[in-house]
Amino acid sequence: MSSLIGLPRRREPRSILPWLAAPALLVFVGFAVVPLVGVFALSFTTWDGIGAIRPSGLTSWRAVLTDPGLPHALWVTFLVMAVSWVVQTPLSILLGTFLAGRQRYRAVLGVVYFVPLMLSSAAIAIAYEALLDPNFGLGAGLGIQTLSQDWLGRPGLAFGVVVFVVSWQFIPFHSLIYQGGVQQIPKSLYEAAQLDGAGRIRQFFGITLPQLKHTVITSSTLMVVGSLTFFDLIFVLTEGGPGDATRVLALDMYKRGFQAGLMGPASAIAVILVLVGLALALLLRRLGGRDAGASQLEGA
Amino acid sequence: MALSRRTLLGLAASVPVTAALTACGGSSGPGRSGGATYWYLNGQPQEGVRAGAVDAFNKAHPDERIDDTTFQNDAYKTKIKTAIGAGQAPTVIWGWGGGTLRAYAEAGQVEDLTSWFDEHSDLKRGLFPSSFGAATVDGKIYAMPCETVQPIILYYNRKVFDQARVEPPESWDDIMALVPKFNAKGIAPFALGGQSRWTNMMWLEFLFDRIGGPEVFQAAIEGEKNAWSHPDAITALTKLQDLVKADGFVKGFSSITADSHADQALLYTGRAAMMLHGAWSYGIQQADGGDLVSSGSLGYMTFPPVEGGKGDQSDTVGNPAQYLSISSKAGAEEKKVAKDFFATGVLQEEEVRKWIGNGSVPIRLGTEKLLAASENADFLQFTYDIASKAKVFVQSWDQALSPTAAETLLDNIVKLFQLSIPPQQFARNLNAVTGA
Repeated sequence: MSSLIGLPRRREPRSILPWLAAPALLVFVGFAVVPLVGVFALSFTTWDGIGAIRPSGLTSWRAVLTDPGLPHALWVTFLVMAVSWVVQTPLSILLGTFLAGRQRYRAVLGVVYFVPLMLSSAAIAIAYEALLDPNFGLGAGLGIQTLSQDWLGRPGLAFGVVVFVVSWQFIPFHSLIYQGGVQQIPKSLYEAAQLDGAGRIRQFFGITLPQLKHTVITSSTLMVVGSLTFFDLIFVLTEGGPGDATRVLALDMYKRGFQAGLMGPASAIAVILVLVGLALALLLRRLGGRDAGASQLEGA
Repeated sequence: MALSRRTLLGLAASVPVTAALTACGGSSGPGRSGGATYWYLNGQPQEGVRAGAVDAFNKAHPDERIDDTTFQNDAYKTKIKTAIGAGQAPTVIWGWGGGTLRAYAEAGQVEDLTSWFDEHSDLKRGLFPSSFGAATVDGKIYAMPCETVQPIILYYNRKVFDQARVEPPESWDDIMALVPKFNAKGIAPFALGGQSRWTNMMWLEFLFDRIGGPEVFQAAIEGEKNAWSHPDAITALTKLQDLVKADGFVKGFSSITADSHADQALLYTGRAAMMLHGAWSYGIQQADGGDLVSSGSLGYMTFPPVEGGKGDQSDTVGNPAQYLSISSKAGAEEKKVAKDFFATGVLQEEEVRKWIGNGSVPIRLGTEKLLAASENADFLQFTYDIASKAKVFVQSWDQALSPTAAETLLDNIVKLFQLSIPPQQFARNLNAVTGA
C-alpha cells in the first residue's frame, strides 16, 4: 500500500468514508427519521395516548389548521426567534471579538462567561423562577421595588424574561463560535489595515465583520433552528403562560399531545415544526451564498 | 484484507450504537421480576406517609417487594399518562380517579377490581362509601380509594385579621368588602399559586356551586349543550373577575406555582390574609409555618354563601380520596404483590396514625377516637364533618372531566383570571369541548 503513494490516498477515503458515517447515520435514522415517519403517520389518526390508535384521515389536520392557537404559537415562536437573534448576535460578536484577544485577563473572563452554558436549562429556569418571584424573589430580598415586578405573570414581561434567559444561556456558546471565527482571520489583514491608517473601529467593520460572514451564518442557523425547539426552559419557567403568551410551537405540541391527550393534532404540529425548521435552514444556506466553502480572502 | 478488517471495525463501532438504540425501548419500565412498581407524589409531609406504608409492607413481606418512585404533582399528571400509553406503567398507579380513570378503563389499561372487592368485602366496608364514586366507571370498580379525604377549605391567618381589626367573611359581599381593607394595609387579601392553574379552578368550583348549585357543573360533565352559558355560570365567572379586578389576589399570582409552596408561605408569613386551598394545606402550614398552627392562629372555614345563591352551604368540592389502580399490563406476579399491598399495606394502623398526625382525615371508617385524641382534633373534626355531612361532594373539575376537556378548562381559567377573556368567551370555549 505504501508503495503507491498518491493513488491509495485518493482511493482510501472513498472506501472508508461511508463507514465512518455509518454510526452517525444509524443514530440519525433511529432518532430522527423513524420518529418523523411515525409522527407523520400519527397525524392522520385520532389517539388519546392511552387507548387504541384509530385512523381518522384529515381530522387532526383540520382541527390544527382551523385552531386560532396555531397562528398564535407560530407568531410567538417567530418573535422568540427574531428577538433573541437580534439580542444575541451583536452581543455574541462583540464578546467573541473581545475574547479573541490574546491577553490573559480575557482568557480568565472567557471561562467566567462560559459558566451559563454548563448549566442545564431546567436548573436555569428554576433558578430564575425563584429569583423573579414577586413576593420572595430578588426584588423582595434586596428591597428594590423595581425588581419585584410580576415578571412571569404579565404577557409582555414574561416574553421579555424568556428572551433574556435564553440569551443569557446561549450567548456564551455563540461567543465561543465567534471567538474561533475571529482567531481564524489572518493577522496580515489587520497589519495591512494599520499601515493604511485604519483605527480599531474601522478595522472591526472593515475586516472583522466581513470576514465573519460564514460564522454569522453558522451561528444564526444554530440560533434560529434551535429556537424552534426551545422547550425545557420555557416549560419550566412559564409553562407557556401567562395564558398563552409564551406558548411556542414546541410547547403547544407538548401540551396538546401529553396534557390534553390529543396525539393526532400534536403530531400535525410536529410535522409543521419540522417543515418550518427545514425551510429556515435552507433559507439560511441560500443567504450564505451558493458556495459556502468559498474563500473570504479574495482580493485580500 | 485491509478492507474487510475495516468493515469489521465499522460494524463493531456501530454495534454499541444499535444496542443503545434498542435499549432505549424498555429498560426502565416495569416487567422486572420480583417486585411491583409504584409511583406517587412527592412533597412533605404526605410523601413520608406514602413511603412509610411501602417500607412497612416490604418489611412485613420479605418475599414480596414494592419499588417506589416519587414525582412532583404537575409533572406526574403528564408522566403517568405517557407511561400508561407507552405500556410502561408502574404496577400500582396512583391517581385522582374520575375522568382520567375513565380514560384508562375505557382503554383497558387498568385492572377491573370489582370481583376482587367482592371477595374482600370487609375491606370495602371499611372505607368511606363516598370515596367509591370516583373509582367507579360504568358500574365497575377500577381503583382502590386510599389516603385521605380532601375538601377545599378557606384558610385565614388570625394574626393578620387581628392586626387589620376585621372579622372573617360570612358571605361573598363580606369578602368583597374585606379586599380593599387588606389592600390598604399592604396585605394581599388572598394568596394564590396561579401558575398551577388548578389552584384558580377551586374558586370557580365553589362559586358555581354556591351560586347555581351542583346542577350547573353536573350538566357540563354530562355533556349538555351550552352548559357553561347557564346564567348562574356567567354570574359566577363575572363575580370571579370582579374579585380579580378589585386586586383580591396577591400581586403576581400568575407567576406563583403551588408545587413550590410559595402560596402557602404567603399565608403563614402574614403577607396574605386568606387562602382557598385543599385540606392537605393544614399539614403544610403546620410543618412550614412556624407557630401559626400551634398558636391557634390558622383559621379555617367553609366557603361562605353568595347572596341570592342556590347552593347548599354544606356542599363541598375537592378530592373524595386518592386512588390506586393496577396496570393491566403488569405481570401476574406483580399484580399479586399489588393486591396484597391493597389488602394488607394500604391505610394500616400506622399509616392512619400518620395521616391524622399531619392533620388529614383518612378515608377509613371508625377512626373517630383517633381523630378526637389528636392534637389537631378541631381541624380533623371540621374536615370529618364536611366530608360526612356534605349534601354534594363535587370532585375536582380537572379530575372529573376527560383529560382533553380538563386541559381546555385549565387553559381558559388562566385567561379568565388574567382578564384576557370575558365570561361569555370562557363559556363558549368550554361549551365547544364538553357539549360536543
